[in-house]
Amino acid sequence: MSTPTSKTEKTSRQPMPEQEPHIRAKNFDEVPLGLTPEMAMIEASRCIQCKKPACVEGCPVNVDIPGFINHIKEGNFTAAITKIWEKNSLPAVCGRVCPQELQCEGNCVLGKKDAPVAIGNLERFVADYERKNKKASLPPKAAPTGKKVAVVGSGPSGLTVASDLVLKGHDVTVFEAFHKPGGVLVYGIPEFRLPKEIVFSEVAGLESLGAKVIVNAVIGRTISLDELFEEGYEAIYLGVGAGLPTFLNIPGENLIGVFSANEYLTRSNLMKAYRFPEYDTPVIKGKNVITLGAGNVAMDAARTALRLGAQSSKIVYRRSRDEVPARGAEVHHAEQEGVEFYFLTSPVKFSGDKNGRLTGMTGLKMELGEPDQSGRRRPVAVTGSEFDLDCDLAIIAVGAGANPLLTRSTKGLALNKWGYIVTDEKTGKTSKKGVWAGGDIVTGSATVILAMGAGRQAADSINNYLAVGW
Amino acid sequence: MFKIVHREEMAGGTVILNEIDAPLIAKKAQPGQFVILKATETGERIPLTMADTNPDKGTITIIYMVVGKSTALFRDLKTGDSFMDIIGPLGAPTHLEKMGKVVCVGGGTGVAVLHPITRALKQIGNDVTCIIGARTKDLLILETQMKAASNHFHVCTDDGSYGHHGFVTQVLENILKEQDIKLAVGIGPVPMMKAVCNITKKYNVKTLVSLNPIMIDGTGMCGGCRVSVGGKTKFACVDGPEFDGHDVDFDELMMRLRAYTEEEKMSNTTYCQATKA
Repeated sequence: MSTPTSKTEKTSRQPMPEQEPHIRAKNFDEVPLGLTPEMAMIEASRCIQCKKPACVEGCPVNVDIPGFINHIKEGNFTAAITKIWEKNSLPAVCGRVCPQELQCEGNCVLGKKDAPVAIGNLERFVADYERKNKKASLPPKAAPTGKKVAVVGSGPSGLTVASDLVLKGHDVTVFEAFHKPGGVLVYGIPEFRLPKEIVFSEVAGLESLGAKVIVNAVIGRTISLDELFEEGYEAIYLGVGAGLPTFLNIPGENLIGVFSANEYLTRSNLMKAYRFPEYDTPVIKGKNVITLGAGNVAMDAARTALRLGAQSSKIVYRRSRDEVPARGAEVHHAEQEGVEFYFLTSPVKFSGDKNGRLTGMTGLKMELGEPDQSGRRRPVAVTGSEFDLDCDLAIIAVGAGANPLLTRSTKGLALNKWGYIVTDEKTGKTSKKGVWAGGDIVTGSATVILAMGAGRQAADSINNYLAVGW
Repeated sequence: MFKIVHREEMAGGTVILNEIDAPLIAKKAQPGQFVILKATETGERIPLTMADTNPDKGTITIIYMVVGKSTALFRDLKTGDSFMDIIGPLGAPTHLEKMGKVVCVGGGTGVAVLHPITRALKQIGNDVTCIIGARTKDLLILETQMKAASNHFHVCTDDGSYGHHGFVTQVLENILKEQDIKLAVGIGPVPMMKAVCNITKKYNVKTLVSLNPIMIDGTGMCGGCRVSVGGKTKFACVDGPEFDGHDVDFDELMMRLRAYTEEEKMSNTTYCQATKA
């Protein structure tokens, strides 16, 4: 009998330096400050370079994680970014917003007894290092094929498809409905979690590879899919996002001060209402703010409200803490900054003053009943438990549906009963010849990296189609 | 960038016409549809229903009243200058049908939106009566064009300086009393549309209105433009902008349009001071 002991002293996971909660809750600067090169090299040395790396299996785009980490360990940051670029064209984004704890880091062997290697932080480090130092050469590009591909939507899945296909020599054009590219990365995710400069830099990188990006182009309105085919595009990828806000259908929802998360975040992020009046778009700055829902979008909204001067910012969620769908890190950051959580509370109605401005919300206490079909205990209303909360701003962040603007105006595109596009699971092919789809318009609201994974699969299939046919 | 190829000032400089180079939109646009415009990098996205399009020339025309900073920024663009961003055509086109006798009622810059609809209704064979109004003679716009687009034409001014002395609704009521009108179209300030609908309801004449709520994306993504129509929430950007006026909750619409009154005032004051200096 022997007790295993480690021969060398263990290096612990390098913590990410962050802005202090009370300071950052008042500004829109990024919360984590980034690892220093020294910290990154120490963290990289923790990786034990598994022969069969489970982390890579956990990554939807299969980045060679031990490979790039080994380069960091040796201080060769340029080689590290080149390694990541082989599989991931948006590392600065993914290093920030991927749910690593469920993917690469969730699979890390070290995580069984200790903290997993900080793969996300390392990915972010090399991407930021390269953006500042610009030492790596662009990935190699295949000879031009002369084939035109249209990518509809410039969010994470569209950008992945565009990047993959431009490297394979195709003539790629990305169409974006808004006036800035980036999709949800720009209109949805706040500056303090993902600085927009980073997204625009990734898009600029894509353009320097030869892809064209056309903004202000609402496909389905400005140009139809069939017109794109007539213009000589041979393949079209639809990565338009979910893009339909869900409301609660309770009384008072149209009062001034009740927003969908989409509107609230688009005003603040894309239109930069947080810099009003320097930027012309205003947003209501609540003193007492309630956000309905507890996903990542809800955390973004509740934290944005604090930064816009809210005295109290509450998350109201009808299930319990165990069911919160947001990433643990986001919940932790929100709590540190002072966001309060009201679990097992369901909204009943909004009330307003004579000018139609929101003044409060009535909530109803819930308790957990029998498990429902999802296996989660179903929240059941506690009779007579209504109570009032003051609020002058309420943000509804209970998920999104499928925006029908493009899908309804396109013939031959099969949709499921919720309006999402039906695709072949392995290739992203839709029922319409020459058209692929991926990301939230196929799966419903999910994560950036899953959308990128779908984009990767579709890009492979499109490349194959352009060579050999449907 | 979207270049202004022609610019006119109307109603004593309070209303501006911009004909803008936007070939893709011009090719697609139909009566009743709108565009969203943003003048500068830091500007707001402003929805405006198109007053005209010229697919051959590749231009669209907008006509707007200068009411705040954003429209002042638009006004300050001269011929040859460009809007930074324009998207469209957005919204559902007007449902055009030959119905017989039709009345088109326009107030203020709503007349600009009404013009292509009136023209199209006449073109497909309707007998179109047009009533346009303004506070005073100098604020009337598109009189000649509206006259040409209709079979019967009436002008009203609130102060009696020109045409019928009184509101468009008074002329409308007389017509509804005397004739078998199949459809009314009312476009203008919200109180005017509400008044038009109150009258047409009495005579049971279906009435289309074109709504102008506050909007961000124009593609159904944000829900900021929601209006209550027949007790249901609709998005003006994709379900509209035209609705059956008898079902629209105009009071709620007016309330929601006042969401940013304070901010608008502040922006406008600052801009006026800055441009004077």
